[in-house]
Amino acid sequence: MAVTVNGVEHVREVEPRLLLVHLLRDELGLTGTHWGCDTSNCGACTVWMDGVPVKSCTVLAAMAHGREVRTVEGLETPFGLDQVQVSFMACHGLQCGFCTPGMLMTARWLLDRNPDPSEAEVREAIAGQTCRCTGYENIVRAVRHAAAAEREQAS
Amino acid sequence: MQVPAHFEYERATSLEHAVALLTRYGPEARVVAGGHSLIPMMKLRLAQPEVLVDLNDLTELAGIRIEGDELRIGALTRHAELLGSAVAGEHYPILHDAERVIADPVVRNRGTVGGSVCQADPSEDLSGVFTALRATAVIQGADGPRRVPMRQFFTGPYETAVGPAEVLVELRVPLRPGGGSAYVKVDRRAGDWAVAAAAAALWLRPGPGGTPVVADAGSGSPPSAPGTSRPPRPRSTCAAAPPTRSRSPRRARSPRSTAGPSPTSAGRSTTSATSPAS
Ligand SMILES: Cc1cc2nc3c(=O)[nH]c(=O)nc-3n(C[C@H](O)[C@H](O)[C@H](O)COP(=O)(O)OP(=O)(O)OC[C@H]3O[C@@H](n4cnc5c(N)ncnc54)[C@H](O)[C@@H]3O)c2cc1C
Ligand code: FES
Ligand code: FES
Repeated sequence: MAVTVNGVEHVREVEPRLLLVHLLRDELGLTGTHWGCDTSNCGACTVWMDGVPVKSCTVLAAMAHGREVRTVEGLETPFGLDQVQVSFMACHGLQCGFCTPGMLMTARWLLDRNPDPSEAEVREAIAGQTCRCTGYENIVRAVRHAAAAEREQAS
Repeated sequence: MQVPAHFEYERATSLEHAVALLTRYGPEARVVAGGHSLIPMMKLRLAQPEVLVDLNDLTELAGIRIEGDELRIGALTRHAELLGSAVAGEHYPILHDAERVIADPVVRNRGTVGGSVCQADPSEDLSGVFTALRATAVIQGADGPRRVPMRQFFTGPYETAVGPAEVLVELRVPLRPGGGSAYVKVDRRAGDWAVAAAAAALWLRPGPGGTPVVADAGSGSPPSAPGTSRPPRPRSTCAAAPPTRSRSPRRARSPRSTAGPSPTSAGRSTTSATSPAS
């Protein structure tokens, strides 16, 4: 199979039963994507496939053949961290960091579509993602902080 | 670590190709759409298909459109697309009511409408909705397409009229004037599976002296037991009678009385089963 991850094409022989999350972590060494519940509930494994966030523990690697995947490693650019990463640090949007890669991928997707989300909209966007540490308050704050920062940069 | 058992993977390039692959591999082959019901079942080894036929490249199965007097929803339409579809929500708010409470946004990006009704999970949300709306399923087999009314689509929990070498193509919802619809789900947490649910649709027509009377009413609930997704026959108390608060909700009670597990949850789901609009 051939899949483009963060702009780089990878060709691998894989078993059809290999899950995308394990292709990313074990075959490609992209361990930023976390693997938590295995039951499609926690969202730690969220990556983008063809521009849309999906839970990579519930996608076969073979299903990603010919598609573009973006993981948390693909957020950073040569100019530095993505604004959502900066804001998660600034607002203490993480403690242990286990949920963070998934949260960041969903947050980036939300802000690309809605540059000024309300608190309720942020909470809805991350409804499929579980954080055992922060109580979500600082995650929501971080996403809205990133939104405000990006609006300011744009003006 | 949960890993599915071994299987072969084939990617269909057209509807005919999908049917040909299913025919070639026989009953141990299964189609996969979003995979958000099937892959978890395969991880738990509750399902062990020998071949998976991936439908995700079949653009002809995707999308929502109006054709003639029908709203056509392709089997590969993702939940997020149906939730975001203005045309679907305008005609049948029930579609948005139900989609809003299915899983979470990331699951809704991947799970499909067709996969939901074909899974026929006893807690699944769309089955009752399409039954209430009197939708028809278009199913493709080697001999071409056939149509099955939703009332005959579900043969039991996890069982449908779709044969082993067939593919669900789309759901067709008749567009009729004077319709209103709503969906109520009782669940324990946001995004959780339903404990109980009821779908209702009501159509009004002008009656004597211009007073609207009930032209038709449909209701449905998840395919929890044979027959529970079937709406009761229109009764004289409802059909052809003016809509009143006491009459309309009675239409929605029937399926719940068999599907609702507890008096509390059944009671909570009575709220506004019908909201005649437009
Ligand atoms: C965490 C989580 C929470 C969820 N919560 C809810 C919820 O609250 N309410 C709810 O209703 N659903 C819920 N779901 C299920 C979700 O809606 C699934 O997406 C849906 O049930 C199945 O759609 P799919 O496209 O993923 O189907 P798949 O998993 O790909 O397929 C399911 C079954 O349908 C068959 N199939 C699929 N497409 C076709 C077709 N076109 N023709 C013939 N057969 C077909 C497959 O062979 C398989 O047997 C949840 C899922 C997850 C993972
Ligand atoms: S590991 Fe994928 S949702 Fe938890
Ligand atoms: S920071 Fe620990 S799970 Fe979210």
